[in-house]
Amino acid sequence: MKVLVCISKSPDTTTKIAFSDNNTTFATAGVQWIINPYDEWYALVKAIELKEKDPATVIHLITVGMSDAEPVIRKALALGGDEAFRVNADSKDSFYIASQISEIARQGSYDLIFTGKETIDYNGSSVGGMVAEMLNLPYVALATHFELSGNTSTVTREIEGGEEIVEVNGAVVVSCQKGMAEARIPNMRGIMAARTKPLKVVEPTDAETLTTVINFELPPAKGGVKLVPADNPAELVRLLHEEAKVI
Amino acid sequence: MSVLIFIDQSDGHVKKASLEAISYGAKLAVQLNTTAIGLVLGSVKEDLPALGQYGVTQIQQVENAQLNHFDAQVYTSVIAQVTQQIGAETIVFANNVDGKAIAPRLSVRLKAALVSGAVALPDTTNGFVVRKSVFSGKAFANIELKTNTRIITLNPNSFPATVSSDAPATVVPCEAVVDASAIQVKAVNKVKGEVPLSEADIVVSGGRGLKGPENWGMIETLAKLLGAATACSRPVADSDWRPHHEHVGQTGLAIAPNLYIAIGISGAIQHLAGVNRSKTIVVINKDPEAPFFKAADYGIVGDAFEVVPKLIEEIKKLKGVA
Ligand SMILES: Cc1cc2nc3c(=O)[nH]c(=O)nc-3n(C[C@H](O)[C@H](O)[C@H](O)COP(=O)(O)OP(=O)(O)OC[C@H]3O[C@@H](n4cnc5c(N)ncnc54)[C@H](O)[C@@H]3O)c2cc1C
Repeated sequence: MKVLVCISKSPDTTTKIAFSDNNTTFATAGVQWIINPYDEWYALVKAIELKEKDPATVIHLITVGMSDAEPVIRKALALGGDEAFRVNADSKDSFYIASQISEIARQGSYDLIFTGKETIDYNGSSVGGMVAEMLNLPYVALATHFELSGNTSTVTREIEGGEEIVEVNGAVVVSCQKGMAEARIPNMRGIMAARTKPLKVVEPTDAETLTTVINFELPPAKGGVKLVPADNPAELVRLLHEEAKVI
Repeated sequence: MSVLIFIDQSDGHVKKASLEAISYGAKLAVQLNTTAIGLVLGSVKEDLPALGQYGVTQIQQVENAQLNHFDAQVYTSVIAQVTQQIGAETIVFANNVDGKAIAPRLSVRLKAALVSGAVALPDTTNGFVVRKSVFSGKAFANIELKTNTRIITLNPNSFPATVSSDAPATVVPCEAVVDASAIQVKAVNKVKGEVPLSEADIVVSGGRGLKGPENWGMIETLAKLLGAATACSRPVADSDWRPHHEHVGQTGLAIAPNLYIAIGISGAIQHLAGVNRSKTIVVINKDPEAPFFKAADYGIVGDAFEVVPKLIEEIKKLKGVA
């Protein structure tokens, strides 16, 4: 069984979001980069769990990014995974990134491709589906549970107000979210081992971008909270009914 | 030229997010001086012509029983065929579970630029630029779609479903090749009688301040009175006080209801990221320094165990229930 896990770097969740160059660029000064939580907690850890059940499982990681993505992919290797690819290119847009991942995936003929459900910076939720289409594989998005038996995957996916359980035979792309696995922290042995695991830097394949980011905007600041005394919830109900008109 | 809107259904019922997508697509069609056409896959129990009130003039329906089960791969192929048959240039989806699964595939299939999580109509004065939510609700980005065919997925609750016409839509049966599915649906488990969190207008949410799962009765009572869905903070779901699907925030579900009531939640930046697009935020917390108050519209500084039961009584009075 060969698993490819897609890893993206993303700004730490406490990052103060600000933009520079006339709001065209995300201001990265002082930003701590982490593994995108969905990629780490759910996609990667699920792959590690599969390997713990069946040690013959091979886990490859892939990230599309410049050399500044290396600490993040090393950290992913410290959690688990046998080797990693870094496609040496800016992560320009989802279509471009998916084109790079598909290229590597074609060469490696993977049985499973895991992504996080989205990145916490672009919130695109697109790369997994694009890769699946480029490789002509089935795709289960927003998975909360995954079980493998032989080459049959049983996947639970979120639907509005519930869940759906599906079965897929053979290779499949799955986007992972909460429920798939429990977050882990790398241990010393993992960190040491990661240093010697292969990290292959490959040059990008020719691919287009279909979108361009023109600029960013911050939402307007809130007007400030209206406090209601604790002994007067009737006033809160009145405000919600008459002023905000939401109940 | 036309705008094609994918009308998503569950158990034969059109999802609320799709009504918003129809209204959005209809407005966009007016803006582009073209027609808005809906697309339904599979059979529905609903009165499709009545969807004309949201601005679609025509609804294409591929009524193949196989499409009653969702498979992004099969759906993509059918939608691509219909797009080509009717010559649509913009395809609109709700940015919900199905939209997120189909739109990226369709983007590749049609080589059409995709913007996911749109929050406003495109600016078409110079190119085709769509504003989307980024950084988990902490900012917006204006994205240019560079291809002639374009796909937009609309964030739920960011564009109102509006009645704009009294002409019923014509339903046109549509032929398409439906491939065999590689995915077999084994079971569907729906939480009965509850409002799905992603579609709820009102959400009542509880945090660690509620001390334990046994104290959720008042949260559920309040939610029921308001016709609201229930949600929770991450540690609450992690401790299994509440089911995982209720977890909202940066690493849970991102929601944007009209009213979000946060009870015993501190308002950590990761929590706010998933809820700060809510139109009105009410915070009940005993700590006046809780960061959530900075993001709130209305607040009560007080003990939830005293405030919430009183609040329930007041809402009962408003609603005229005993
Ligand atoms: C990478 C990362 C991702 C994360 N993602 C998320 C996410 O998606 N969603 C999320 O929610 N969190 C997330 N977190 C966790 C987040 O940082 C907070 O720890 C969490 O939101 C706190 O939950 P809480 O407000 O319920 O609990 P606490 O922070 O413990 O707050 C409890 C609050 O209840 C109040 N309280 C106590 N007793 C009462 C009472 N009797 N009456 C009224 N108020 C009372 C307290 O004053 C306090 O403000 C993430 C953290 C990290 C590091």
